[in-house]
Amino acid sequence: MDAGLFTANNVWMMICTALVFFMHTGFAFLEIGLTREKNTINILFKNVFIICVGLLLYYIGGFNLMYPGEFNGFLGFGGFGLSIGEDGLTPAYADGGYTYWTDFLFQGMFAATAATIVSGAVAERIKLGAFMVFVVFYVGLVYPIVGSWQWGGGFLSTLGGDEAGFYDFAGSTLVHSVGGWAALIAIILLGPRLGKFDENGKALAIPGHNIPMAAAGVLILWLGWFGFNGGSVLSADPGLTSLVLVTTSLAAAAGGVSAFFTSTILYKNFDLTMFLNGILGGLVGITAGADLMSPFEAIMIGLIAGVIIVLGVALIDRLKLDDPVGAVTVHLICGIWGTLAVGLFGAKAGVNQFLYQLTGVGAAGVFCCLTAFIIIFTLKKTMGIRVSKDEEVEGLDIHEHGMDAYPDFRMNQH
Amino acid sequence: MKKIEAIIRKSKFDDVKKALHNVEVNFFSYWDVTGVGNEKQGHVYRGISYSTSDIQRRYLSIVVSDEFLERTIEAILESAYTGKVGDGKLFVSEITEAYRIRTKEAGHAGIN
Repeated sequence: MDAGLFTANNVWMMICTALVFFMHTGFAFLEIGLTREKNTINILFKNVFIICVGLLLYYIGGFNLMYPGEFNGFLGFGGFGLSIGEDGLTPAYADGGYTYWTDFLFQGMFAATAATIVSGAVAERIKLGAFMVFVVFYVGLVYPIVGSWQWGGGFLSTLGGDEAGFYDFAGSTLVHSVGGWAALIAIILLGPRLGKFDENGKALAIPGHNIPMAAAGVLILWLGWFGFNGGSVLSADPGLTSLVLVTTSLAAAAGGVSAFFTSTILYKNFDLTMFLNGILGGLVGITAGADLMSPFEAIMIGLIAGVIIVLGVALIDRLKLDDPVGAVTVHLICGIWGTLAVGLFGAKAGVNQFLYQLTGVGAAGVFCCLTAFIIIFTLKKTMGIRVSKDEEVEGLDIHEHGMDAYPDFRMNQH
Repeated sequence: MKKIEAIIRKSKFDDVKKALHNVEVNFFSYWDVTGVGNEKQGHVYRGISYSTSDIQRRYLSIVVSDEFLERTIEAILESAYTGKVGDGKLFVSEITEAYRIRTKEAGHAGIN
């Protein structure tokens, strides 16, 4: 292969790595924006912890758990740490798409995302220590094992025999649903925030404290998605990368607009937070098939994702669950939608493909729910997962951290 | 001397300020206050309707000599009026002494 092309491919993959890293800023902004001021430091602490520890865990064992080389298709381990092979820095490593180092870091940036999704859902009431223990097990073990089933060459990728099986381009299931399932289990075991439901079980509003920051977070996430999906081409292939950026953006735009219309029709107000969640729903929805869809199909996927967002948020309230940022709706429900959409739209659409997609969703769902339940239930019975009532009312910032997010700006201490 | 305290709509502040200026009341203090009352403000957040009884108003504190009292009250009552619930309130109380710090003048000279 031409050395110039190898370099260009690798540079593109490193840019994408940086964009995926930037998504953590987006998640952090979105989560603190849609929650109350008194818990801001706590959320930021969790998210910063996830990036650092997620990356270290991926170095220690995650990378080799997710890409074990030859294995039985369910569980394999290629050894601790990083060990670069002879061809690790040559075009022979990955068809000239990137080097071994780039591979590790790009994949490592993905790994932490799954736990960040959970962080938003459990915000404002989970014990910091319990959350950290959960992250270590979930990012260190569960995420890479599920990833190995498909991206590591495991059983999901070979469902169809010679014809390839399950398809998940950039991780509607492998990243977003993996995080989403854990978020769902966590909010069931954790219970709603005080004041989320009245004595009759009616859902009450707990408005976020910084909507401009939430908006910035979502727009940053959209930018980051250029790397998340664009990098999942695994080279700088001109046709595929540009198509993927187009489908990604069109789905995001369609998701936002359809969530905005749906919520305006249902609730008679222009709710920016629904608009923003709709954009994310469109992004998660297109992630599984971003390289398979025509622009029109991407728009259809986004439009449906937007409707799902508005109905999903209402459903979570109806189920008496409390998800302050809409993480379950965005990442789990739209993740499932995007994964199934590969069987309905685009180059691979068909009955068999739909069944493979369903199998992938089911396999990831069962494994993630089971492992998340074991981890979180064990934590609940041992160290406890929920802060005390006093802490929750007065804020986790002052109790767990002894700090204020905005010490010079205290209009409303509630 | 009298102190006039008025709680008015924020949207009427400019009108009130102009009206006070027209009756030659050019010095006063004000601050924004939050109160509770009969008015409910409807909100919708992520599909859930809720209302808050927190009401945002502006609080004016004006100290005038007795001969200014009547026109000042009139100016505020006229300029802060919309006729809808929530136009605010006005209170008058006695002030016994006033000083200007810079010149140490007392009484009427101290407030204008």
